[in-house]
Amino acid sequence: MVGIVGFGVYVPRYRIKTSDIAELWGEDGEKIGPGLGVFEKSVPGPDEDVATISVEAARNAIKMAKIDPLDIGAVYVGSESHPYAVKPTGTIVAEAVGCSYNMTCADFEFACKAGTAAMQAAMGLVASKMIKIGLAIGSDTAQGRPGDALEYSAAAGGAAYLIGQKNPLATIEETVSFTTDTPDFWRREGEDFPSHGARFTGEPAYFRHVGEGAKLLFAKTKTTVDDYDYFVFHMPNGKFPVAVGKQIGVPKEKLEDSLVVRQIGNTYSGSAMIGLARILDIAKPGSKIFMVAYGSGAGSDAFSITVEDAILESRGMVPTVDDYIQRKTYVNYATYAKYRRKIKALG
Amino acid sequence: MAEQGVASVWRRIKAIYTIQGNMCKTCGSYYFPPRPVCPECRRKGKLELYTFKGLGTIYSYTVVRQAPEDFKRQMPYVIAQVELDEGTRLTAQIVNVDIENVEIGMRVRACFRKIKEFGQGGIIAYGYKFEPTMKVTGHKEKSSPKQKEP
Ligand SMILES: [Zn+2]
Repeated sequence: MVGIVGFGVYVPRYRIKTSDIAELWGEDGEKIGPGLGVFEKSVPGPDEDVATISVEAARNAIKMAKIDPLDIGAVYVGSESHPYAVKPTGTIVAEAVGCSYNMTCADFEFACKAGTAAMQAAMGLVASKMIKIGLAIGSDTAQGRPGDALEYSAAAGGAAYLIGQKNPLATIEETVSFTTDTPDFWRREGEDFPSHGARFTGEPAYFRHVGEGAKLLFAKTKTTVDDYDYFVFHMPNGKFPVAVGKQIGVPKEKLEDSLVVRQIGNTYSGSAMIGLARILDIAKPGSKIFMVAYGSGAGSDAFSITVEDAILESRGMVPTVDDYIQRKTYVNYATYAKYRRKIKALG
Repeated sequence: MAEQGVASVWRRIKAIYTIQGNMCKTCGSYYFPPRPVCPECRRKGKLELYTFKGLGTIYSYTVVRQAPEDFKRQMPYVIAQVELDEGTRLTAQIVNVDIENVEIGMRVRACFRKIKEFGQGGIIAYGYKFEPTMKVTGHKEKSSPKQKEP
């Protein structure tokens, strides 16, 4: 069966506390963290972007999978912050990890679920035997307009998944999607920062699509919440995944381990995929994982995953999600602004 | 001048993305950047492409506090001579480290970073930099957490 033969993540080293951002804008710093469920967020270094984050995550995945990169037949990078408006990120990744030139490559865009859409495409190619292994990446260096609510959560990070059939660490039994045209969040060409429909981002967007995606997956797999050990939802902040979990009837302890958003913020295309990686870092063989990624615009991709025995052999090879979460250096708002090019004069 | 840098970057992509140099089958010397002939063996040399493992040690370093325009956002930063485990040295920026913690003999590994942007509309050059080797804990279920260099 098609599954994950290797995975790797990358989270930049810098962090800013959401309380520091709040205080700069005259908000109550004490309240912001618990209110949003985000206490600190990752900040990319001045020389990091989606290409560099994707390469680091992909190199980890390849090392874990112990595969020959020449066996990768497709490289798909999902992001909403590709370094170029025109010119793929995927070619940079493929070259840097040592792929063959005889492979297909494309960049994906679907807000925060571009990476899981890439996973689905890779699954199709593997299942149809068009390729042996597909590399699907979700990676972002998300930006929030200074002073906007998004600034508290927009973070950087990525995850890479190698999809194949031989000796998977976890099998993907089923995937379904729920997609509508819903303008809850967007960025027009040439704009530095995204715009969003404020309150509109909740009920008709995130909650409807994640909820419907989950419902479709339960129906298709004839399963219920009780059949799963872990749940992963897209994490635009720390509150939404908890609230949607409550709506679906997920016990808190089945969701807790995936909530990386509290320490690193919303890594957009990396969000649910890093949450899944954190579960794969710790789950016992036989565990069942239910994941729903969400992308504004809007859609959800839901996956039913079972952890296999091979996962035990894969551990200890590359840094875990927690290794990256714990490797951190705090920066103040001034340094953050400098790194994130909020100071235009510096170029 | 948007096309600035394109040819020179493209020619070196493989070498600077993956630290690909060469190795002489005759004398066992490693070279980076790749050489057209082995300076030790001359015509007897047999050079083959070789991708370095990307692990090494800081041989010497300097802290840059006055940088050209392109690098201002990164100041101050560290430039080091890294001795690769295969025995050759190269010059690279050291990232993911606080300047006061850099020392000669420090173990480093190659990482992938943005090297230079040719202006707002130009190409972006990527390549290797180095960072301190990272702790890999592996899995908490295992009795003894492994400490390996990634
Ligand atoms: Zn020689």
